[in-house]
Amino acid sequence: MSTAVLGAAPAVFTPATLDYVALLPVLIVLGAAVVGVLVEAFVPRTSRYAAQVWVTLLSLVAALLALVLGAVNHQVGTAGLSQVGGTVKGSVVVDGPTLFLQGTILVFALLGALSLSERLGGVGADAFTPMGSSTPGSPQEAQAVKAGAMTAEVFPLFLFSVSGMMLFPAAGDLLTMFVALEVLSLPLYLLSGLARRRRLLSQEASLKYFLLGAFSSAFFLFGTALLYGFAGSVYLPDIATAIGARGSAFDGLLVPGVLMVLIGLLFKVGAVPFHMWTPDVYQGAPTPVTGFMAAGTKAAAFGAILRFLYVGVDQAQWDWRPALIVIAALTMIVGAVLSVTQTDVKRLLAYSSIAHAGFILVGVLSLSREGVSGTLFYLAAYGLATIAAFAIVGLVREGGSEATHLSQWTGLGKRHPWTAGIFAFLLLAFAGIPLTSGFTAKFAVFKPALESGTAGVVLVVLGLLCSAITVFVYVRVIVLMYFTDSSGDAVAVVEPSAFTTVTIAAGSLFTLVLGVAPASVLMLAERASQFIR
Amino acid sequence: MNQFPWLTVIGLVPLVGAVVLWLLPPSLADRAKHIALGASLVTLVFTVAAALQFKTDSSAKYQLVEEHSWIPQFGVSYALGVDGIALALIIMSAILVPICLLAAWNDLPAAEAHRERHYFALMLVLETFMVGVFAATDVFLFYVFFEAMLIPVYFLIGQFGGPRRQYAAVKFLLFSLAGGLIMLAAVIALYVQGPGGADGFLLTKLAGIQLSADTEKWIFVGFFIAFAVKAPMVPVHTWLPDAAAETRPATATLLVGVLDKVGTYGMIRFCLELFPGASQWATPVVIVLALVSIIYGALLAIGQQDMMRLIAFTSISHFGFIVLGIFALTSTSWAGSSLYMINHGFSTAALFLFAGMLIARRGSKRIADFGGWQRVVPGLAGVWLVAGLSSIALPGLGSFVSEFLVLAGTFQRHQVVAVIATTGIILAALYILLMYQRTMTGPRPDIAVPDLSRREKWVAAPLIALFLVLGFYPKPALDMVTPAVDAILTSIQVADPAPVVGAAEGSTK
Repeated sequence: MSTAVLGAAPAVFTPATLDYVALLPVLIVLGAAVVGVLVEAFVPRTSRYAAQVWVTLLSLVAALLALVLGAVNHQVGTAGLSQVGGTVKGSVVVDGPTLFLQGTILVFALLGALSLSERLGGVGADAFTPMGSSTPGSPQEAQAVKAGAMTAEVFPLFLFSVSGMMLFPAAGDLLTMFVALEVLSLPLYLLSGLARRRRLLSQEASLKYFLLGAFSSAFFLFGTALLYGFAGSVYLPDIATAIGARGSAFDGLLVPGVLMVLIGLLFKVGAVPFHMWTPDVYQGAPTPVTGFMAAGTKAAAFGAILRFLYVGVDQAQWDWRPALIVIAALTMIVGAVLSVTQTDVKRLLAYSSIAHAGFILVGVLSLSREGVSGTLFYLAAYGLATIAAFAIVGLVREGGSEATHLSQWTGLGKRHPWTAGIFAFLLLAFAGIPLTSGFTAKFAVFKPALESGTAGVVLVVLGLLCSAITVFVYVRVIVLMYFTDSSGDAVAVVEPSAFTTVTIAAGSLFTLVLGVAPASVLMLAERASQFIR
Repeated sequence: MNQFPWLTVIGLVPLVGAVVLWLLPPSLADRAKHIALGASLVTLVFTVAAALQFKTDSSAKYQLVEEHSWIPQFGVSYALGVDGIALALIIMSAILVPICLLAAWNDLPAAEAHRERHYFALMLVLETFMVGVFAATDVFLFYVFFEAMLIPVYFLIGQFGGPRRQYAAVKFLLFSLAGGLIMLAAVIALYVQGPGGADGFLLTKLAGIQLSADTEKWIFVGFFIAFAVKAPMVPVHTWLPDAAAETRPATATLLVGVLDKVGTYGMIRFCLELFPGASQWATPVVIVLALVSIIYGALLAIGQQDMMRLIAFTSISHFGFIVLGIFALTSTSWAGSSLYMINHGFSTAALFLFAGMLIARRGSKRIADFGGWQRVVPGLAGVWLVAGLSSIALPGLGSFVSEFLVLAGTFQRHQVVAVIATTGIILAALYILLMYQRTMTGPRPDIAVPDLSRREKWVAAPLIALFLVLGFYPKPALDMVTPAVDAILTSIQVADPAPVVGAAEGSTK
């Protein structure tokens, strides 16, 4: 227990000692984001796209390498991923779950960046408007298109968001967590509003996401304040100590504080009743952004939830667990039931992501080490399949713009067997059919839940019922693609560049491998499942 | 111990065949069915070779065993092995697949020739999963095959079926998945209750674990519902007539003849072996449901207008017999049920495939559209009659032996039940003979169609030969299943009731 060291407030200011090796991956991504901003300012327009893509991809690869090498080195020294320890006076804790999630997020980011960079023969990234500030449909916009303008600043924005995601699950105090939350969210609000086509929808999504996100951030901050009032510190271990020594005049602040912080965090994962933004934003945002956002935000936010619950307020679980059980149940039910009525692929996947958030919460609620490793595995498996699925959605076009209405997907299996086949496979993974990662992942969260007691058993049964409902939804899409005769040839899959192809191939390959031979990744998740308190 | 991984190879050959089919260059596309048939025949050869390695006098529970760690974190192993019952079912599948492929030779019209390889590849994939599901000795692995099997069938129905194929495919999938998900909860619960560890899902580890009575009942119910959907028993049978009627005869054969056996096989392997206490608790309900299946299935069969639906309902009736034999819990009835699974596979195959030949000639599935066909296609009428007689268990044909054993075994324990079940035989005679009468007898219709082609003779010959062999000389098959039956009954401590009049009443139940 390092709480004693962290909790003792020194009288004299001493600068924190930083473990730069542990922080290196985040620093690389942040640095690259800053470089990206400079590229935007100084590199001529003709070579800006190439420069941005290179900076983004190279920095992500470098960060991943630094992370892996750092983790391996520490592992040799201390026999276990989880022993890297707190740096920056416990504000950033690089332990097993952090390393696993940072690695996962970096992989998501690499695949996401690849699909973000898809040009489809144009000058800039295809999914983004050439000029975000112009009014949709205005002469100004047309002029920008004519002049070959592009929104290359999406790349630094993307990197800032990635760095925030990497910091989020590592945050050891609530203020750092809040900073990470904002660093990851603000760029995403912007990215959501920059779609090239159906710009009004995109801008609406962006505004909605921003407003609701700001509210939830306020909740988070207010909860932080209450918890500070309760414990006299924002450090999670200090809060844990304070809960252990209950009996002060401020006890009443604990439960509201915990619940308010949770509201802020649950908003990010799209748990019911804080899910209202999800379908609109998923639908309106540029499709590659949607895919990355769905995968990355979930991984980061669940990492933060895990740390907050397991490290910070674990001992008060009798106070918050019932609420979270209800939320998990509601999330699964609402996500599954409402996905039945969807007619738009992106909205369908949005409701599916809500249902998945519920399944992951079941793993979180088992409150055991196995539950942590199951959750970590689920996040990785779900994210990889999601990014690939959205990359495919981005390729199905009618007259240049994305054909997201389900009726446009009829007969796709006959005309584009490969694309439809991979998409069907990913849908089966979402449904949790054996030999896909979705099944392994569901098993990984349901098993510890079943061991955790009556509430766990009820949640698992509910989860299985909801799985059955979602199966119906996914199967309906497969029926449309394969068994229904096509309405016309107007809808076609555009020929992607190597970038998107790699994203789709890698995502679906991981989905297969994590379903057929998951042992090594499960082992990694298991060894990474110990929080440092 | 066997060094050569027989069971893996048997499962792998069709899968390789399917991959070859999918990767076939367009110039060779017209060779697809030849390759598929070749792959299934190679599988059959390997199966026969494996069967020769099997020793009926061995004391080992499972033979041809393979065991590797797969997902140690979940306690899952890749563990295969067979006892007599499982091996018999694998042999049956391996025989039926090439026959079905041959019967499906011209299922797709020339205009859809490009879809042919997909069609045959799906059937081969299905064979892989069928072998896997019977060979798995790890509960989790069994579950994986059990669920994965649905996907090829779903596409076979949905992509190649009749006009209402979408409805039938989705109904099939939802019924099966709902059952499967309930079973998943039971599977996980079983592991949690078991010894755990890196190989905690092995059947050998789970057999004989001590469960509290309530837990055992709940887990039993979880498994049983899934198997009842699969088997299909009344009242969860409604997907079968739709699926069978809307799909191609070859697919229907594999679906009803092999796939549904997973349900009854699962009852033996999991419900009774792992939860003997709960099984006896559930016996009264199950026996009533089995009786209802027998009578209700037969009555509905009599009323059917559609040939394929009729055959599907006969199967529901026959599955009632199998389940009855299983839950009667005597060694005779078990031997009968095990053998019945094999015989039913072949006789249903014959019914479906010959019906398919008739349908292909007439272009209609309605019984009323036929009549007097024995004058047009005497050969086909002949094999059709034999298939029908096999289905109603005529002495000398395979089903007779098994049906007799089931009824005799049931009588030892539940006389009244056996008597009621026997009426099923009478009803069976009704539905089969009425169908034969309506399709084959009567004035010669004004239609000119060819009799059995050479290919169709090759479909019919092995099936009829099997009826006769299993009817006159069932000893090899019985020898194969009896040791397994005895071993399981001993392990769950069930003794046959003493054959004394009056003492059988309520002796062990």
